[in-house]
Amino acid sequence: MKKLILVLLASLCLASQASASEGGVAWDKFPTAKMTDVASLQNGAKLFVNYCLNCHSASFMRYNRLRDLNLTEEQIKQNLMFTTEKVGETMKVALDPKQAKEWFGGTPPDLSVIARSRADISKGSGADYLYTYLRSYYRDDTKATGWNNLAFPSVGMPHVLWELQGQRKAKYVEEKDPHHEGKTIHRFAGFEQITPGQLTQVQYDDAVADLVGYMQWMGEPAQNHRVRLGVWVLIFLAVFTVIAWRLNAAYWKDVK
Amino acid sequence: MAEFKEVAANASVGEKLLNWVDNRFPASKLYKEHMSEYYAPKNFNFWYIFGSLALLVLVIQIVTGIFLVMHYKPDANLAFASVEYIMRDVPWGWLIRYMHSTGASAFFIVVYLHMFRGMIYGSYRKPRELVWIFGCAIFLCLMAEAFMGYLLPWGQMSYWGAQVIVNLFSSVPFIGPDLALLIRGDYVVSDATLNRFFSFHVIAVPLVLLGLVVAHIIALHEVGSNNPDGVEIKAKKDALGRPLDGIPFHPYYTVHDIFGTSVFLIAFSAILFFAPEFGGYFLEYNNFIPADPLKTPAHIAPVWYFTPYYSMLRATTTELVYVFVGLIGLGAVLAIIKGRFPGIVKAAIAVAALIASALLLTFEPKFWGVVVMGGAVIIMFFLPWLDYAEAKSIRYRPGWHKVMYAIFVLVFMVLGFLGTQPPSPMGERVSQVGTLFYFGFFLLMPWWSRIGQCKPVPDRVVYHAH
Repeated sequence: MKKLILVLLASLCLASQASASEGGVAWDKFPTAKMTDVASLQNGAKLFVNYCLNCHSASFMRYNRLRDLNLTEEQIKQNLMFTTEKVGETMKVALDPKQAKEWFGGTPPDLSVIARSRADISKGSGADYLYTYLRSYYRDDTKATGWNNLAFPSVGMPHVLWELQGQRKAKYVEEKDPHHEGKTIHRFAGFEQITPGQLTQVQYDDAVADLVGYMQWMGEPAQNHRVRLGVWVLIFLAVFTVIAWRLNAAYWKDVK
Repeated sequence: MAEFKEVAANASVGEKLLNWVDNRFPASKLYKEHMSEYYAPKNFNFWYIFGSLALLVLVIQIVTGIFLVMHYKPDANLAFASVEYIMRDVPWGWLIRYMHSTGASAFFIVVYLHMFRGMIYGSYRKPRELVWIFGCAIFLCLMAEAFMGYLLPWGQMSYWGAQVIVNLFSSVPFIGPDLALLIRGDYVVSDATLNRFFSFHVIAVPLVLLGLVVAHIIALHEVGSNNPDGVEIKAKKDALGRPLDGIPFHPYYTVHDIFGTSVFLIAFSAILFFAPEFGGYFLEYNNFIPADPLKTPAHIAPVWYFTPYYSMLRATTTELVYVFVGLIGLGAVLAIIKGRFPGIVKAAIAVAALIASALLLTFEPKFWGVVVMGGAVIIMFFLPWLDYAEAKSIRYRPGWHKVMYAIFVLVFMVLGFLGTQPPSPMGERVSQVGTLFYFGFFLLMPWWSRIGQCKPVPDRVVYHAH
């Protein structure tokens, strides 16, 4: 009997290890403090409409929802809208899906809830993924766009933020395979800057964090409100539980 | 017809009104029978909160569901967007939607715990067989309700989960493909499927569910509640015919349940407000990608509450079917050699075993996987007639029975965990062992439940005053 329990428990551990070792690079941690920094979220929104919205839509996201980031409708219209849409409209894109398919091999996905969809139970949040992905581009002449990505190999999207980050290439080293005698493995050994970008590495990481923070916020614009409200709800319930507990005790003290 | 009752001329308006109603509808009678004079055992413990909580969650689901339907569009082209519309543009829509999605998982947590309570205290045994059967039927309805509701957001997991499960029906011999077609209304999961699932989810199944819940409670109140000691409180009554160990449901258990509800709502709200996706288990991450019939996700897993059964489905491979055949053969040989049956019965057992084995080997294992998955739920219905232990409650049953129940829970959780994981050779073996244990637990219960010495059951319930 005890053996059976042990075997079952052992299988739990083994199974979870197996799933953790599967596929791809580990994701870097997205700095979640960005989520409460309104200036960062505003900067993220600016980066988003400038760099992403040309090809990707965010068709569930209304421009005027940006008021939640302390922007006025006037500011939104003047700084964040380039087409003649109304401020109450959603972030659509003029790109023709058929042409997009020709250019990139696939239609660029809608980004409204992209941060929510890219999470992985064993690897991290969707923001972690996006934060890693947008910082993992490197030059690769074997690809049609001239770019490749460590977090998303053979990605269809070129490095849109390359002017900010500059161009890099990936270094690889050959190492002995510890599991197979006489074989070698092709191991990634860091990036090498080829041309400098407008931003330093630290500035670039920060800008990407702003952008990802914005996308995380856009995935659920009510999230900050939700958390704040949740605190009050729990405080209320905590007080109510004490009252209910004493009420219960008052009735039950007579039961012998 | 009952006689017309009169009240004194100087009675208050309230009394007069109640009398008027009572002469036409059994309002006071119902209130007494189900609340103020429904005598429940006074020794209920922690495990007895989950019945009321299930009712609470049912109400949450119905009320939030009504508001969701006001804004949701059951149309393959609009469904995904309408859910996001609810999350963004409908005032408090995000709250309603999260209440509904968290409520779905909470329902299963509460119901699983409620069922476990019934199992350990023998609440299914005479005279409560029908209470248990109605409960099992509620569980079946709940599964149907959850499965069809999960298609509605029209995300990748909605779509492919439905595709996988409906395709299972096509493995049923002879009628399979037509049956799957009937369920989908199309050759693949499509707008037609979405519309019929919507109809079932918002009206057909809830109607049946509500009816069953009423039947469950009527049956319960007819026979009275069981308790952690498994003692029949109606056996000892006072001069007025009230059970000595019973107390009126109202106010004692209403205040009790208000307290329990409050604690439950703390957990419920903590998830709802701080982790509504619950790490990808309550709202799967892939479901934030709109359904795409051309792109099959690499790993399709049902929501957590179905995964124990999904594991059993996946465990049913050709190998496991051979094991079934072996076990049937072994059972038949034992019955023929050891059983004290007349010759004709023994012959019938041999023929039945041969036919069963032939069928097992004829049809594809996938079909038997469906049978195993369905059977895992259906077998619960028979529990009242499988348990032969002398004592009802686990408290007075032999120590090793407690071990059996502990392993049962562990196996169920391991199966659940493996169901969330991609298939692996190790996982398959473990889930096969788990599946065999699950069915062995029930099918061999008539034998194992008799083994061991039960402790003496007291006449009265064990109660320590607060």
